[in-house]
Parts: sequence; structure tokens; C-alpha cells
Amino acid sequence: MAVSMTRITVLANPKRFLDYSSALLPWTGGLAFVLLAVGFYWALFETPPDYQQGQTVKMMFVHVPAAWMGIFVYSVVAGSSLGGLVFRHPLADVAAKSAAPLGAAFTALALMTGSLWGRPMWGTYWQWGDARLVSELLLLFIYLGYIALWNAIDDPGRAAKAAAILALVGAADLPIIHFSVEWWNTLHQGPSITRGAIDPSFLWPLAILALGYTVLFLWLWLIRMRTEIFERRARSLMLAKGA
Amino acid sequence: MSAFYALLYRDMKLAFRAGGGASLAMSFFALVASLWAFGIGPDLVLLSRVAGGVVWVTAMLAALLSLDRLFQADYEDGSLDVLALSPLSLELAATAKMTAHWLTTGLPLVVLSPVLALMLQMPEAGYVPLVASLAIGTPALSGIGAIGAALTLSIRRGGLILALIVLPLIAPTLIFGASAVSEAIEGTGRDAIAFMLLGAFSVAVVGLSPFAAAAAVRLNLAN
Repeated sequence: MAVSMTRITVLANPKRFLDYSSALLPWTGGLAFVLLAVGFYWALFETPPDYQQGQTVKMMFVHVPAAWMGIFVYSVVAGSSLGGLVFRHPLADVAAKSAAPLGAAFTALALMTGSLWGRPMWGTYWQWGDARLVSELLLLFIYLGYIALWNAIDDPGRAAKAAAILALVGAADLPIIHFSVEWWNTLHQGPSITRGAIDPSFLWPLAILALGYTVLFLWLWLIRMRTEIFERRARSLMLAKGA
Repeated sequence: MSAFYALLYRDMKLAFRAGGGASLAMSFFALVASLWAFGIGPDLVLLSRVAGGVVWVTAMLAALLSLDRLFQADYEDGSLDVLALSPLSLELAATAKMTAHWLTTGLPLVVLSPVLALMLQMPEAGYVPLVASLAIGTPALSGIGAIGAALTLSIRRGGLILALIVLPLIAPTLIFGASAVSEAIEGTGRDAIAFMLLGAFSVAVVGLSPFAAAAAVRLNLAN
């Protein structure tokens, strides 16, 4: 705990963060590319088609990691928000703000691939009977509200705090939302084809892809955080010049 | 505590004398409920099937109406600063404002809901559950609504953002509330569970939201 705390405190200096992250950028980018290339090749060409779903099952390799990332990135946003509100870490709000659009994009990707998968499987693009898909939809709306709040408040300090409170309220509410949607589904009949147990031969490519998505997120996150820091510097320089 | 009631009384008076009060939310509620019938068509069988859900969704939208001014008006004229300096804690002040919002918006919707259910041909078994579920669920709308109102109080045209923030968060209220009504009508016996879940959610929201709303007000006043 002490070690990890000091590491995070070291990064409180934006200059040091910029140095560290510029060293990390090529590595994360390269690793993401390799993992995604290997994972997708394995998933698309080396795994057998499902006996029931045929080749459609391969949509899962794009869909499942994206859905995981949607939730994972929200926890990153909520964790950074907590770090900003409680520990006043100067980069926390940059981290939260930069992560949110990426999480929204992953969630949107999960929704799109989920509905494309649903068309041949359920015979419909949208199945209200699938609790996970409906929860992801509400998660996307929460992301959009969060991003809109950031953009609507002029003062960056205030926007950061307001967005942080919203992120934490959302984090408390999301498990309840998921539970309520799941419970709502038990009242009505679920979809005729459910996602069953995963065949072991699918697990390795899925794990590699999940890791690949995560590293891809880290790479894009670092780029976005650096951009945000540069933007803030540019803004303060402009203000200093104008005054 | 007298400060709490004074604030509650003041907000109610303001809502009735300057904000159109309960009648505005009720008119909106009735209007939108009738619009549903125009949209769906005068098919009574179809209307009776969707009546419970329609009344619940419409009540949710009507509860959003007066939210954007909940803290904003006091923020703009400076009375929120005076409130923050007063011995009354901001948490209690937020509770007073939430209560005033519920008394002027939520409660009138509860009272009007049987009339709208009648117009929409809701089956008889649904009336008591509809009124009860709205009575239990609308405080949660005022609670999460107050958080959204406090977060957006400095945004001049924050109404749309407020809706975008609040609606996904109050989805469980709608799910539990509307399910309580539909399960009671179908007589599945699962409406009791729906009521318990609705009650649990509502109690948790009403208990916790004053803290979040007060934190949001504080950040907007600190400068």
C-alpha cells in the first residue's frame, strides 16, 4: 500500500507524468497492436465454429471484451473521481475526464456488436430480454450524462468536482440498475438462445483479446491525458498573455 | 429544526405563488398521459395493457419538470449563500428542498394517478398498487433529482443535461414500480417482492441523496 501510494504521489507532478507517459507510449501502443493481432487471428482463424451458432459466435470475441471494458473503464472513472475528491490528486480529474469517452466508445461497441450478433441468433437486433445488453445501454447513458456535465460547466475546477460526484453516485447506482434489469427479466421470458458456457478452446484467444483491449485502453488513455494536460497549459498561457 | 420547517414552508410558498405550484405538474402529467392515447390509438384493450407503465413513465417525466430551478433560483439571487452560512446544515437544507419538491410535485401526481388510470382503462386490480407504488417511488425521484439539480445549478440551460443525468439513475424506480403494478394486475403474486425492492431503493435514495446534493451545492459555492 505504502509503495503504491508513493508511486501515485510521484505522478502528482504533471511534468513527471509527461516524462513517464512519453516513455510508456510506444510500449503500450506496440503491445496493444501485437496482442490484438494475435488474439484476432487466433479467434477468427484458429477456433472452430460453434455447433449451434456457426461463425456468428466469433462476434463474441469483439463483443465480450468491449462489454468488460465498458464496466472496467467506469470503475477507472469512479476510482479517479474518488482520488480527486478525497485525496485531491491533481491528475485525478484529468484521468477521469480522459477515460470517460473511451469507456463510452467501448460500451457503444459492445452494444453494436451485441445487436449485430442478436440479429441471426434472436432474429432481432434488439432483445429487451437480455439483461446484460440492457444494462450496458443504461451504462452508455450514464457515460453520456457524465461527459455532458463535464462539457457544460465552464469553470474546469467546478466541472471536475461535479463530474466526480456524479461518477460516484453512478458507481453506487450501477449495481442496483443491473440488478433491477436482471430481476425485471426474470418476470418476462428470457431470450430463447442464451449465452452458454464457453468452450475451453475459445478461452485463450478471449483472454488475449481482453488483455489487448485493456492495453489499448491504457495507450489511448495516456494519449488523451497528455493532450488534456497540454490543452490546459495552452489555455493558461493564453490567459496569461491576454491579461 | 425550526429553520428546516421555515425553509420547507418558504419553498412550498414559492412553488405555489410563483412557480405554478402543484397544478402545473398535474396539468403536464394529465396532458402527456392523454398524448400517449393519441400516439397509441383509442384501442381500449391495448391501452389497458400499457396503462400502468404509461402512468409511471409520465409521472417520472413530470417529476423532472420543476427540478432545474430547485437550487438554481436560490443560487442566482444569493439566498443559497445565506443558507450555507446559516446554522442549518446544507444536508438538512437539501432535505427540506427535496421534501418541498415532493410535496408540490410527487404527491399531486400520486393523487391524480387514479384518474389517469381510469382514462387509460387500467384493470381494477391495478389501482391500489399504482397509487401505492407511486407514493413509495416518487420520493426517490425527488432525491436523485435533487442531486442532479445541485450538480447542474450553475448551468444556465441545464434542463436537458439534468434529464440525461437523472433518468438513467432512476431507472430502478420505474422498473420496480411499474412491475409492481403489472404483476398485481396479472395476479402472479410477485408484486410483493416488487414493492419491497421499490421501498428499499426509495429509502436508500432518500437517506443518502441529501449528502450528495449538499456536496454538489458546496462545490458550486466554494470559490
